[in-house]
Amino acid sequence: MTEGILIRVTGLSIGWDDVVLQKNASFDVARGDIFAILGGSGCGKSTLLRYLVGLEDPTEGTIEVTGIGRPHLDGGRPRFGVMFQSGALIGSLTVGENVGLPLQEWTDLAPEAARAIVRAKLRLVGLPGVMEKMPSELSGGMKKRAAIARAMALEPNLIFLDEPSAGLDPVSAVELDELILTLNKSLGLTVVLVTHELPSIFKIVSRCIMLDRDSQSIIARGDPRALRNESTDPRVRPFFHRTPHETKEG
Amino acid sequence: MALLVHVRNRLEAQGIKSEFVGASEQVQGIVHLYEGDVHLPPPKRRKPESALAQIGRATVNVLIEAQLVFAFFGQMLISAIATVRAPRSANWREVLPTMERTGADAVPIVILINFLIGFVMAFQGAVQLKQFGANIFVADLVGLSVTRELGPLMTAIIVCGRSGAAFAAELGSMKVSEEIDALRTMGFGAMPYLVLPRALALILVMPLLTLLADLVGLLGGLVVGLTTLDLSVAGYITETRKALTVWDVYSGVIKSGVFALAIALIACQQGLATTGGAEGVGRRTTASVVTILFSLILLDAGFTILFHAFNL
Repeated sequence: MTEGILIRVTGLSIGWDDVVLQKNASFDVARGDIFAILGGSGCGKSTLLRYLVGLEDPTEGTIEVTGIGRPHLDGGRPRFGVMFQSGALIGSLTVGENVGLPLQEWTDLAPEAARAIVRAKLRLVGLPGVMEKMPSELSGGMKKRAAIARAMALEPNLIFLDEPSAGLDPVSAVELDELILTLNKSLGLTVVLVTHELPSIFKIVSRCIMLDRDSQSIIARGDPRALRNESTDPRVRPFFHRTPHETKEG
Repeated sequence: MALLVHVRNRLEAQGIKSEFVGASEQVQGIVHLYEGDVHLPPPKRRKPESALAQIGRATVNVLIEAQLVFAFFGQMLISAIATVRAPRSANWREVLPTMERTGADAVPIVILINFLIGFVMAFQGAVQLKQFGANIFVADLVGLSVTRELGPLMTAIIVCGRSGAAFAAELGSMKVSEEIDALRTMGFGAMPYLVLPRALALILVMPLLTLLADLVGLLGGLVVGLTTLDLSVAGYITETRKALTVWDVYSGVIKSGVFALAIALIACQQGLATTGGAEGVGRRTTASVVTILFSLILLDAGFTILFHAFNL
């Protein structure tokens, strides 16, 4: 794989049963990028993310991650972190136990050392003092932050985020954007995220692809700011300029 | 407006030309929004499914579900073998709390139900046996039916209602809230992390609950013997010991182990197959309880035939 490329997707088709969401999708994610998968509702953004993290096996096309090969979840120490849309913290465990789960399983750290790391990770995401709380006691934004701390527990160099700022109030969304930027800049973390929050996209995303439901293909790729200013595609412009598609007769 | 548009569409479908006229600009906008100015093709009428087709579809669905349970059992066996080879891969921490929830917490209800079962059975039996002066045989009736059949079966039904439903709902909720996906991305398989600890906990506690059920069931019979049949404690116990062999108790315990496996297997399979949010969790929980109850009766019948065939 070309140096500097962390993920290479070639000719990938995604969907389930008889439903095809995307056909023959090809794109690269460079190391150190904040890479966004964009598109309207139902175009397959989150499904594509499931393929990228290995939750679904491609029947057509390939996904290759440098140092891992085909992403798989056949057990073994995870090589990347994933934050799901709802946070997906384990409800029966405390926040501290959630964040410490990968450490407990995949390292030989003494319990005290593991707790110190958990505390540090929670401080990193701006959540000091919630270790003993249950996930149900946290707000939506706090759950997402805790989920990022859990995804960061084993210090991966790649992290996947599914709609990190969806459903958050503007302040929490901005704080989460700042956190992602900090993690990217300070730790050199490559971030692949699914989002349709325009302020987040223009603030933090360095490169993106845009999926289209009707053509089942990638209809735009590149710097989102450049796409906003330069794209003349009638399917791309409305997304970046937040205007309705002209589908109905006036 | 929605109703007006619906009426217009129905008229159009019947070949009656109709349109909105003379509406103000504002109303026209609303008509357009509801697509009241669009000529829709006549809707295709779906032929209602025949009763035979419904029965056929339901039968196929049952077979598919059964196939999925057997496939899940296969995966469980493979995972159990892998866990024996690498014991660290399973979530052993979950076993004791699950044993407490499914076993210790079920003790009061198991005692109450099985005591009443023994009590009622002795009472019903006593009415008949009294006519022949065979009061003492109440001990035989209660002893054999409780240890061989009712103790294990009633305990399994209680555990199905308490723990089977809880397993299915718990795993179903975890599935729809992406917790199971999150665990997988952290390197924890659902089988060793969630299913095996639950199955092991049930297999360990159900035989103990069954022994307890046997004991209180016999006690229920004893109470009836003492209060209504004028039997002595010593006489009742001696008759029970005469009637029962160790195998009678063992056979119930063996059954309970198999019942435990069936409950854990079906509940976890149904829980992990959940889709579609809260409604899906409810649907799968109901399905798991119904399937488990059906399987328990089926297994019990199988055991009865097997034991009879081998004169056990």
